[in-house]
Amino acid sequence: MSSPREYDDIPGTYVYDAERGRQGYALNMFCMSLNKPENRASFKGNEAGYLDRFPLSAEQRRCVLERDWLAMLKAGGNIYYTIKIAFCDGLTFQDVASMMSGVSKETYAQMMLAGGRSPEGNRYKEGRSSPQAPPRAEK
Amino acid sequence: MARIVAGIGCSHVPAIGVAMDKGATGTPYWEPLFRGYGPAREWLTQLAPDVAIVVYNDHANAFSLDIIPTFLIGVADRFPIADEGFGPRPVPEVKGDSRLAWHLAESLILDEFDMTIANQMPVDHGLTVPLSVTCGQPAEWPFRVIPLCVNVVQYPPPTGARCYKLGQAIRRAVDRYEEDLRVVIYGTGGMSHQLQGERAGFINREFDTAFLDGLTRDPLALTRIRHTEYMREAGSEGIEMVMWHVMRGALNEQVAEVYRHYHVPASNTAAGLVILENRSAA
Repeated sequence: MSSPREYDDIPGTYVYDAERGRQGYALNMFCMSLNKPENRASFKGNEAGYLDRFPLSAEQRRCVLERDWLAMLKAGGNIYYTIKIAFCDGLTFQDVASMMSGVSKETYAQMMLAGGRSPEGNRYKEGRSSPQAPPRAEK
Repeated sequence: MARIVAGIGCSHVPAIGVAMDKGATGTPYWEPLFRGYGPAREWLTQLAPDVAIVVYNDHANAFSLDIIPTFLIGVADRFPIADEGFGPRPVPEVKGDSRLAWHLAESLILDEFDMTIANQMPVDHGLTVPLSVTCGQPAEWPFRVIPLCVNVVQYPPPTGARCYKLGQAIRRAVDRYEEDLRVVIYGTGGMSHQLQGERAGFINREFDTAFLDGLTRDPLALTRIRHTEYMREAGSEGIEMVMWHVMRGALNEQVAEVYRHYHVPASNTAAGLVILENRSAA
């Protein structure tokens, strides 16, 4: 499933597809466990110890313990799951969105009030506004 | 005879529910959004349907990555409110219509839609926020609700075209149900938004407007929008809009848009609400 996908050229986007599904299952199931109040309490009481219950990679553990939201996605996290760690921390979806996009909460909130992140320059990687022209056929 | 009388397209942004639950709907941030919900509530109160079929996606609450149903129907008589990680929303329990839901399950499967059937499931903001948006804060929800879940969390969701055909099959099943019921169908989620990655906050008003227009003008053209186009043009989570096609497919070919409200932002999302009524015969 590692062949290029047509959505790979969408910038700043981590599609939770088959490959990420294989990579991220344990990480996301840890996040799912936080739906239970007793698990939220255990996790907050001893984060590293609680994570031992799940077969996470070293990088996945690091991402969770350091709340590296963007790296979580790269390590197979699914946003609907990883956001549960943020809820556990008392953060909102918008707080995490600002951190993932690398701007302050205020800057992000202002961008949303102004109509959100524009499609212009954000449809394709490297700011292209349309797909790259296919290479010319050899004569 | 049961019949589908109208369709509602409605975003299900969790922050909209939180704003209602915390009494913040009158703040400068939220007031413009909620002002636009008033006419929809009046319309729905007048319509007074018996049952609502709510097409939505679960967000890692009823279902996990253990088992990922593409299409699922809830056949219980009651559905508790999910704890999504910060306690359940303080809204009434959702009452189902087990008899109609089982009729739909049987009809859809025999009509070649291989539904998963749930006898027990909590419902999350994907279902309760559209109810709150269109019903306000009643002590009990004013109609019975049949949850119909579509996977949009694990790529790939079903295609828009498949969702539309499911809607058509729902329509055939409702038309065959002998009890005299008036049914509305909700398509929820969207509109353009992206919750993840460096591109979070992506909004495309132009795409959303064309989508809303297309529901009336040329719904079949909308069903040909491919997944990559949704993700590129409407944000990675904007792909939820495939669920609106289930709603649209359950209506007549000719519909009239009787109400529309569109507002940016609701947290990270462009919030849309549209009401479609059947016009001439199917």
